[in-house]
Amino acid sequence: MLPFLLNRLWQSFILLIIVSIIGFTILNLIPGGPLSQYALDPGMTAADLERLKEQMGLNRPLPIQYLDWAWRMLHGDWGTSYRDGAPVTEVIGRHIFATFILMGSSMAISIAIGTWIGIRGATHRYSLFDYTATVGAMVALSIPTFWFGLVSIYIFALKLGWFPAGNMYTIGDETVLGYLHHLILPSLVLSLVHVAVWSRYMRTATLDVIHQDFVKTARAKGVREKRVLMKHVVGNALLPMITLAGMQLPQLLSGALVTETVFTWPGMGRLFLDSLSYSDYPVVMGLLMLSAILTLLGNLIADIVVSMVDPRIRLA
Amino acid sequence: MTALSATPHSRRRERWWRSRTARRFMQHKLALVGAVIIVALALACIFGPWLLPHDSLQIDIRARFSPPFSGDHYLGTDPLGRDLAARLLEAGRISLLVGLFAMLLSTFVGALVGVVAGYRGGWIGSVLMRLVDAFLAFPSIFLVLALAAVLKPSPAVITVIIALTSWMEVSRIVEAEVRSLREREFVLAGKMLGLSGSHMMFREVLPNAMGPIIVAATLTVARAILTEAYVSFLGYGIQPPLPSWGNMLNGAQQYLETAPWLAIVPGIAITLAVTGFNFIGDGLRDALDVRSEGG
Repeated sequence: MLPFLLNRLWQSFILLIIVSIIGFTILNLIPGGPLSQYALDPGMTAADLERLKEQMGLNRPLPIQYLDWAWRMLHGDWGTSYRDGAPVTEVIGRHIFATFILMGSSMAISIAIGTWIGIRGATHRYSLFDYTATVGAMVALSIPTFWFGLVSIYIFALKLGWFPAGNMYTIGDETVLGYLHHLILPSLVLSLVHVAVWSRYMRTATLDVIHQDFVKTARAKGVREKRVLMKHVVGNALLPMITLAGMQLPQLLSGALVTETVFTWPGMGRLFLDSLSYSDYPVVMGLLMLSAILTLLGNLIADIVVSMVDPRIRLA
Repeated sequence: MTALSATPHSRRRERWWRSRTARRFMQHKLALVGAVIIVALALACIFGPWLLPHDSLQIDIRARFSPPFSGDHYLGTDPLGRDLAARLLEAGRISLLVGLFAMLLSTFVGALVGVVAGYRGGWIGSVLMRLVDAFLAFPSIFLVLALAAVLKPSPAVITVIIALTSWMEVSRIVEAEVRSLREREFVLAGKMLGLSGSHMMFREVLPNAMGPIIVAATLTVARAILTEAYVSFLGYGIQPPLPSWGNMLNGAQQYLETAPWLAIVPGIAITLAVTGFNFIGDGLRDALDVRSEGG
């Protein structure tokens, strides 16, 4: 267990370094470099800019600058927002919770519905249900999430009035029920794609297990069909899905960001777009790095969980 | 009339549309549906604008916000009174071209990285594949938006940015394929003949990995169209007056109550195009015998 863990940690660390190099490169692609915002200030002369560069150490060779930047990132200094002067970590901290709620609820919905569709598709292979689910999943994967959001707002918020058209809560009504009411539509919209992905993988995983000997043995022992399915088939089919859940994380995050923009959900996606339109690059960089770190962390956790659940992995 | 004349005969029997792959593709109903959708969309976008009664740039304030099927504005008009049908088809040219070229570029880069990593292996292979993993760690939407906001958006730049953030899948697929091909006899034979590394990689190994590449490329077009749509919807992609399916949706949200067709019409076009490419990709996967990953 320990060597496996250390190996995975080491790999994640290497990835983190490459990720940070990509991030640093993008930061330096910004016209005018990291100082672009100061250069817009009419009170700034060329000499002032030069002094500022000197002060911030931007005259040094790039590798040195990178090391300095990475060192400060490691110590929690992610720079200050151009917009309100607050530390980047604090600005992001204010928005991260909303995104996590959206991702979490959508993940729960997708896993519940997707697992059911997948298992049913596998046990009733080539039935009308299976065929509809297959085609439906492919169409669902083709619908742009943001457009699906717009259409749902039009139907369920504007025409039917069942749900609010956006935001996380109504001012004055900050009850749990109010939050939930706002959460339903965006999480369903975000779930569409992930139900499709999850059900396809679940179908394959179930089919892989369903014909194996231990399932036949269980049936031969006289275990009831329902129990065979729930305990022996689903239990084993869900194993590869843990890895999938980790791998789906970047897509889920991307989807959450897209959904947030349509539903004016005050999460990281909203913050990212606002920061882009204000040219608030420190926050943009912070979000870019944080989302990559979260992805790596998600994959790492998924691997560890799998290795704890499945004793075979530890040997590998 | 001996051995020599037999050659053209046997060659004729191997015409591509008679091959097993082509037959299996034609038997795949979804793939055919996809192909029909894409051909119809492409023809409509190429020739449609000439056949419609209105120009895509013609502003008619009196006819603004006409709903679909009103007079000769078949799909209605936008807030400036421009014909939505004409704009939709012209936007389709841009969106489909961006998707197509982004696919070509990303497949090229992805296959290059994949074949070098898979064939060379060793430290070059692991460095390249770690680079792939690192790019995959960023949510691609963030990466595309950040680059599009920083660089000057033109159709070419958007295409390059989309390609830059979508080559990794192809790399992974090609690397795995090439790594298994590397151990086969024909590679050994080539090495013994003294063929150079690049000849082996691009002339011998890569053609054998073509099936998975074609499937991945088809699915990449679908994804590229979606990405362009979203980035342009937010105003960071294709810039007006050049229409694209994405930037037609830009601003549609504020008219959702009064003119819902502004949002619905371009979205249907995007969904159709993406569904078409996804269906074709699925059919090709079955026809080319590529091990399916998603079921």
